[in-house]
Amino acid sequence: MTTVLAEVGFYEPVWIQILKALVIFAVGLQIVPIVLLAERKILGRFQQRYGPNRVGPFGALQPLADIGKLLWKEEFRPKTSIGFLFVLAPIISIITATATLAAVPFGNVVDIFGEPVGLYGIDVNIGILYVFAFGAIAFYGLVLGGWASGSKYSFLGAMRAAAQLISYEVAGGLAVVGVVMMAGSLSLTEIVEAQAADGMWFVVPQFVGFLVFLTAAFAETNRAPFDLAEADAELVGGYNTEYGGGGFATYFMAEYLNIVVLSAITATLFLGGWLLPFGIDPPTWVDPLVVIAKIGALSFFFIWIRATLPRLRYDQLMSFGWKILLPLATINTLVTAILVVVW
Amino acid sequence: MLRSYLPALVFVLLGAGIGTLFAFANRMLGTKRRVPHKADPYECGLPSEVKHNFKFGISFYLIAMLFILFDLEVVFLFPVALQLASFGTFALIEIGVFITLLAVAFVYVWRRGALSWT
Repeated sequence: MTTVLAEVGFYEPVWIQILKALVIFAVGLQIVPIVLLAERKILGRFQQRYGPNRVGPFGALQPLADIGKLLWKEEFRPKTSIGFLFVLAPIISIITATATLAAVPFGNVVDIFGEPVGLYGIDVNIGILYVFAFGAIAFYGLVLGGWASGSKYSFLGAMRAAAQLISYEVAGGLAVVGVVMMAGSLSLTEIVEAQAADGMWFVVPQFVGFLVFLTAAFAETNRAPFDLAEADAELVGGYNTEYGGGGFATYFMAEYLNIVVLSAITATLFLGGWLLPFGIDPPTWVDPLVVIAKIGALSFFFIWIRATLPRLRYDQLMSFGWKILLPLATINTLVTAILVVVW
Repeated sequence: MLRSYLPALVFVLLGAGIGTLFAFANRMLGTKRRVPHKADPYECGLPSEVKHNFKFGISFYLIAMLFILFDLEVVFLFPVALQLASFGTFALIEIGVFITLLAVAFVYVWRRGALSWT
């Protein structure tokens, strides 16, 4: 197997494109229940209890049982809801989550049975902007769902989600500008190649950017300590208060798929994607495993933070995003620009 | 060129498929026992009164407007960031001027209290 350098605009025959999309989708979807189960098990351990351990060996079938239970629940919606949007909103959420999965690079272009295949859904010259675009559409899934439910709690959750997502998207976007400056490309595979060429992962020169991006990622996935849009204790689930059964299962999957995808994007931008540290150069079939291992590590970090930090107050959330993260990201951009030009 | 986006289309369709499948399976499999009160929106105790023209605090609108300002900043920074190495000092000064102008706006907005949540 030889590695061909990825060139922007490279694409395979149609059947390979469709086949690899199906394979990546299947793999991505397998990671979701694992993260789901891992979260419950690990949270349990953090709280001195076992977590799920009844369904299957070590509770391994718990996610399946959860989905099954949700699908057998009665389907109903409040009389104040707007039917069409109420059904559509969770589907928008899952579409944006899966569409972002397409941009995650699991490796470069490799030869499989004599055919060059890129180990990613798409590698386009706007790479990271594609991720941000679908991240922005994800916002419609939450806001429409909360608004169409016709319930006070859903309204509040939706408005909170809206303000929170747009606030943190600015900081997250600015944090990536530093990476783009250093890599000189928006394509995700080329960003990883640039890290290989530099001999160090961008987390080292872009440490501030890494922190800002990771914080924004927590806010965009509505995870603790930024889970104010769901805030079980005060909003009873926020935008998904009125959802049960299939709609709730869809929201749930979208949320965890988003965690997986954002972990993967963070790994790609800052933690060297499929690269191993210390210049170890394994055969190319290891690349996807390295990416999946990094996704696992970052997902564990997501869970760890949830077990550690209490929820913020809403005004704290807003002032943290605008008064701390945004200036930090701006200064990071300026300093990076100076360093890139001077060097 | 557009062909390289084909996998993304497959992903979108698969995502829509999963969402539709869940909704459909739920409709087929779910129990059906309709009671009028099940259709009431969730409320704890009081009868719920909900209108779709719900009014919200002005802070939300302010945040939305600020978002447009600063997200445009990010959008304009991306092309310069891409070509930074080839344009060198010229691009650096451009970025400096651009960010300074925005910083002035930012300080103004901050001083006017638009960032303090009320």
